[in-house]
Amino acid sequence: MPGALACACAGMLGAHRHRWPRTRPAPKGDARVTAFLQLLISGISLGCIYALIALGFVLIYKATETVNFAQGELMMLGAFGGLALMQVAHLPFIVAVVLAIAAMAGCGVLLERVAIRPILGQPQFTVVMLTIGLGFMARGLMTMAPSYGSDTHALPVPYQGQVWNFGALVVSVEQVVVIVVTVVLCALLYAMFRYSRIGIAMQAASQNQLAAYYMGIPVQRLNGLVWGLSAGVATIAGLLLAPFTFVHVNMGFIGLKAFPAAVVGGFGSLPGAIVGGLVIGVIESMAGFYLPEGFKDIAAYVVVLLMLVIKPNGLFGGSVRKKV
Amino acid sequence: VRFFFKTQYDQDIRLVKHGGQVFWYGLLAVALLLAPWSVGDYWMTQLSFILIYSIAGLGLMVLAGFTGLASLGHAAFLGVGAYTQAYLLSHGWPFVLTLPCAAALSAAVGVVVGLPALRVKGIYLAIATLAFGFIVEEVLARWESVTGGNSGRNVPGVSIFGWELGSGAGFYYVCLVVCALATLGVLNLLRSGTGRAFIAIRDSEISAQSMGIAIARYKTLAFAISAALTGAAGALYAHKLAFISPDQFGALQSIELLLVVVVGGVGSVHGAFLGAIFLIALPQFIAVSKDWLPPAIGQASGLQGLIYGAVLVGIVLFEPLGLYGRWLKMRTYLQLFPFYRRGLFKRQKAFTKSERLR
Repeated sequence: MPGALACACAGMLGAHRHRWPRTRPAPKGDARVTAFLQLLISGISLGCIYALIALGFVLIYKATETVNFAQGELMMLGAFGGLALMQVAHLPFIVAVVLAIAAMAGCGVLLERVAIRPILGQPQFTVVMLTIGLGFMARGLMTMAPSYGSDTHALPVPYQGQVWNFGALVVSVEQVVVIVVTVVLCALLYAMFRYSRIGIAMQAASQNQLAAYYMGIPVQRLNGLVWGLSAGVATIAGLLLAPFTFVHVNMGFIGLKAFPAAVVGGFGSLPGAIVGGLVIGVIESMAGFYLPEGFKDIAAYVVVLLMLVIKPNGLFGGSVRKKV
Repeated sequence: VRFFFKTQYDQDIRLVKHGGQVFWYGLLAVALLLAPWSVGDYWMTQLSFILIYSIAGLGLMVLAGFTGLASLGHAAFLGVGAYTQAYLLSHGWPFVLTLPCAAALSAAVGVVVGLPALRVKGIYLAIATLAFGFIVEEVLARWESVTGGNSGRNVPGVSIFGWELGSGAGFYYVCLVVCALATLGVLNLLRSGTGRAFIAIRDSEISAQSMGIAIARYKTLAFAISAALTGAAGALYAHKLAFISPDQFGALQSIELLLVVVVGGVGSVHGAFLGAIFLIALPQFIAVSKDWLPPAIGQASGLQGLIYGAVLVGIVLFEPLGLYGRWLKMRTYLQLFPFYRRGLFKRQKAFTKSERLR
């Protein structure tokens, strides 16, 4: 049947519209402020996830000028990897997390070597199609994993279900962990790009590949490392997201919402990805509460279209014109 | 080895290049016209779907293949066409009017989407069209008074001047006529000044601009033409399915349309047809092969996605010109028989070519 794929997967696409935890307090007096703060916190923690996925896009885009449409699928694979290490290998939480990140980083390097490097220098559209294909393959292969792939799993995290109360405000520890990990990761990445030799080499390669080659920087090897880094970040995002949406094959579709985040921030800017993610997360969270039903799912896309019309280079993107 | 000596300037832009083409395309036309008498209902349905997807593929080919503007939200135009058709028909409009209306409304929407496209390019455009596709899907799901919402709506059958065509051979001829007109239209477009302007924009925007091509006008035009063709295909698609709901016009449908273009061969009119044939034939092939595979693989829900993905990756890595490129290589091999070189179609490597500066 034509369109059978669309029909078969339409259900899955619907399923990815996860329910982000949100509380509906009584709309009376002081409760409005509490509701707003509650939405803000849930928006920020959601935004942090978008920011982490967007960070993956931006890292790869800056280094290789290719866009990885399979970033969401890398996240899904990372979450499944962590789950398998915890449930099958019975490793403690921290060990499983570190191992999953390392393994996915290796996968990222391998992917770059096998699939991306042969078509480096081809039009962007080519790589877009390639990574869409890789995403499909990852999802298809995952459903074939015996007794794992087709089900929804809960990731057993040590901080599951705990909440902190600040007066009327209820904050779940899961949300706090998301925010804290994002902040720490950003600080680490910033320090790496600012102070480490390899980070500075990556910056040089992303600014001008040819000049970096002439300076003796191994650009191709760096590209592999960037893919590994990006896959590692995606794994962290997946493991952070897992307590909210559970681990399932189609959790990668959330990656489609991280594109607006990356564009709003400016596609080539790392701080932009973080800010863009937060903007999209908060707007989505607010739209889900204050606007009629249906706006929550498309708020991110409306924002990105407006952004492209008003300021095509994003909040932090520089404008470069070709000199003829 | 055959040589075609060109003795007139006309020969460069003539629609039919030589007698061989008249013979083979004539044969194809006769075969397609006689198809209802020689194949069963099942194959009629498949042929109709191939024709419908070919029209949509032609639409996307004009945009992605010839103007160089990739669209990840083309299913939205398919949806606009389908719902316009269903809505107008249920309000008593005749089919001969609704089909052009579906195409025209789709083209109007295409112009609106084309507006941000004037300022953004490359990956930004892909994301803009992706976002647009999601928004249209949501609108189709929420605007219940017109679209019937998520529960979908029925599409009445085709009748032209009171003559009920049903869904079999009659509808097949409608598809065939629309498809033939679309193909001739696109071929004529491509050999006109407009089409050459599209190709110039694809190859280098700056060169095109300095040759006096109004980029904004031609990009908008490309979006409009592409959306109109896809909208017409959407109208026929609605008839063929007889029941439409918003999830048929989502992101995955957009990717299927891209698959048609990429697998067939970006930048060739033949490619749209080869890609459509491939897209319709692949599920049949998968259904057959399921019996031969071990159950863990054969029964997995993601098998189809895996194969689609693998085909896409394989085509991009090993045959960037798609099925049509493969055919070209085979033909050239035979034509030049002992003299074919392996490097004849080799793509050039350009490691440092940056698309940030285009």
